Amino acid sequence: MSQAEAATAAVPAPVPRGPRPRTVPGVLALFRSELSITFRRLRTLALLAILAALPVLIGVVVKVETGGSGGGGGPAFIAQVTQNGLFLVFTSLAVTLPVFLPMAVGVVAGDAVAGEAASGTLRYLLVAPAGRTRLLAAKFCAALAFCAAATLTVALAALATGAALFPLGRVTLLSGESVPFGEALLRALLIAGVVALSLAGLAALGLFVSTLTGSGIAAMATTVGLVITVQILDGIPQLHAVQPWLFPHYWLSFADLLRQPMYLDDVLRNLGLQGLYTAVFGAAAWARFTARDIAA
Amino acid sequence: MAAAPGTAASAAGGAASPAGAAVPAVIRTSGLTKRFRGGQLAVDGLDLTVPGGSVFGFLGPNGSGKTTTIRMLMGLIAPTSGAASVLGSPMPQSVSAVLPRVGALIEGPALYGFLSGRDNLVRFDAADPTADPRTRSRRVAEALDRVGLAAAAGKKARAYSLGMKQRLGLASALLRPRELLVLDEPTNGLDPQGMREIRALVREVAAEGTTVFLSSHLLDEIEQVCTHAAVMSRGRLVVQGTVAELAAGARGRLVVRTPDAAEAVRVLAAHGVADLRTTGDRVDGETPAEAAADPDALLPKLCAALVEAGVRVRSFGTERGSLEDAFVALTGEGFDVAG
Repeated sequence: MSQAEAATAAVPAPVPRGPRPRTVPGVLALFRSELSITFRRLRTLALLAILAALPVLIGVVVKVETGGSGGGGGPAFIAQVTQNGLFLVFTSLAVTLPVFLPMAVGVVAGDAVAGEAASGTLRYLLVAPAGRTRLLAAKFCAALAFCAAATLTVALAALATGAALFPLGRVTLLSGESVPFGEALLRALLIAGVVALSLAGLAALGLFVSTLTGSGIAAMATTVGLVITVQILDGIPQLHAVQPWLFPHYWLSFADLLRQPMYLDDVLRNLGLQGLYTAVFGAAAWARFTARDIAA
Repeated sequence: MAAAPGTAASAAGGAASPAGAAVPAVIRTSGLTKRFRGGQLAVDGLDLTVPGGSVFGFLGPNGSGKTTTIRMLMGLIAPTSGAASVLGSPMPQSVSAVLPRVGALIEGPALYGFLSGRDNLVRFDAADPTADPRTRSRRVAEALDRVGLAAAAGKKARAYSLGMKQRLGLASALLRPRELLVLDEPTNGLDPQGMREIRALVREVAAEGTTVFLSSHLLDEIEQVCTHAAVMSRGRLVVQGTVAELAAGARGRLVVRTPDAAEAVRVLAAHGVADLRTTGDRVDGETPAEAAADPDALLPKLCAALVEAGVRVRSFGTERGSLEDAFVALTGEGFDVAG
């Protein structure tokens, strides 16, 4: 009983009553928090480290194997790398875009909601209350930021490796013109941006899968499995009627930005397709998440 | 439940009025029902009223539907049928308006293991769009201090013991002044000293005018801190009322110690005392219903009658029923996990 007396003896500050207004900085705080939590996870940093190591690996292999021209085999642009280090950026993006980048995005987006549901932190975010729509929007923004960070990591690691191992200078475009290094660098930046946006549809798809399950591992595996399945479907000639609707179909069209003038048709189709996937799976994720029982 | 004004007033303490009706309900449910997809009926037609200013104990064995009810009240799951309101607004429709005023600890703490205790609180506070980012670090520090975690604030949460995690969960419920605090089994995993601290904290928060809704399967915990209680069993509400009323419902027993046990039994039976039992020099029986309502009227008469009949009364008194007796009397079952 003495504890109760001690507690009531302290002058109690009355609790304020009534509704509390939401503020703009308060609403935005979750977006910042989501970004920070995405990039503070060890898993995210490990994925970025792997993505940074790939261009170094490719650069070293090309450097060691120069001379033994294998007759035009290997990934796109690899023959040009020895002439100009900047081409290592394009080679690395062309190598990582079909597999490594989407896998990394699939892991991050797939885990976004399901991981929090599995650990139980989702219920505390929702009773805070984060708001289901706001939380989903913050998760999608963080996933997009990861797409950009992953792409930039590949591009910058490739640029640094290329500069260290190979000569830089005027760049000969695919259409034959030669442009100054500065302009080529700008094109590389533009290409990195397009590659990052190429992953937006997958990020939305991963987020949708993430709202379906309470297991982070299951969501990640499903998303990565979908990426691989769709890539296989995209390679089967009999399916050419549906292939323009598969999200990776126009991914490698970024090479068209290395022509003079730039050939934009497929690039724009790619961006339009990503917008469509984002809209469809974003809406599906929202419909699912706002109606779901959070029982974990 | 019939009111017992004398006992209720003494137990209700603080700001709560003994009548209960004058205070607006902080939580009210009517016919609240949840049937899970498997067909299992977790909560069945719950009519619950939590008066403002109370420390409300929500009691029941594991698996009786307490946590499911709390999840519905917090808008995490949708009821199959029925309605619930929290702080006067319907749930789950008013989640964004109501929940900033509510602190909750639901089914144990859940933390980001790779963040420090402090950063976990920053994360949960950032999720509330009505929380002011400018005061965040100060409020986080105060909450950590309040639950006794200030020294471990910088440690990664995965290195926390269960008790520390539980405290951090409580701290996140106390990040801002709350009108309602919902605590689901808050002393789970704590040692006896930790349990005492949490109870003291609950009393302190209640003294500030926060209504506390506390679920527990520990009867003595409810009896120690709560003014009101409700008992759940197999998804249904068995009873609700003030703790004093519930304990009174357990019908305290009249106990007389005397060497003349046989004579005492005769006299007491003649005065309407039922269920008389004799063990050595102890005679005990069920206190008549009138005695519970007005102890001053009947008990002195009983005592006088015994003395008049020549019974050598060594001691005469009543033993108050405990909440546990009440529970057993109400449910006719032990306090085990519901199948």
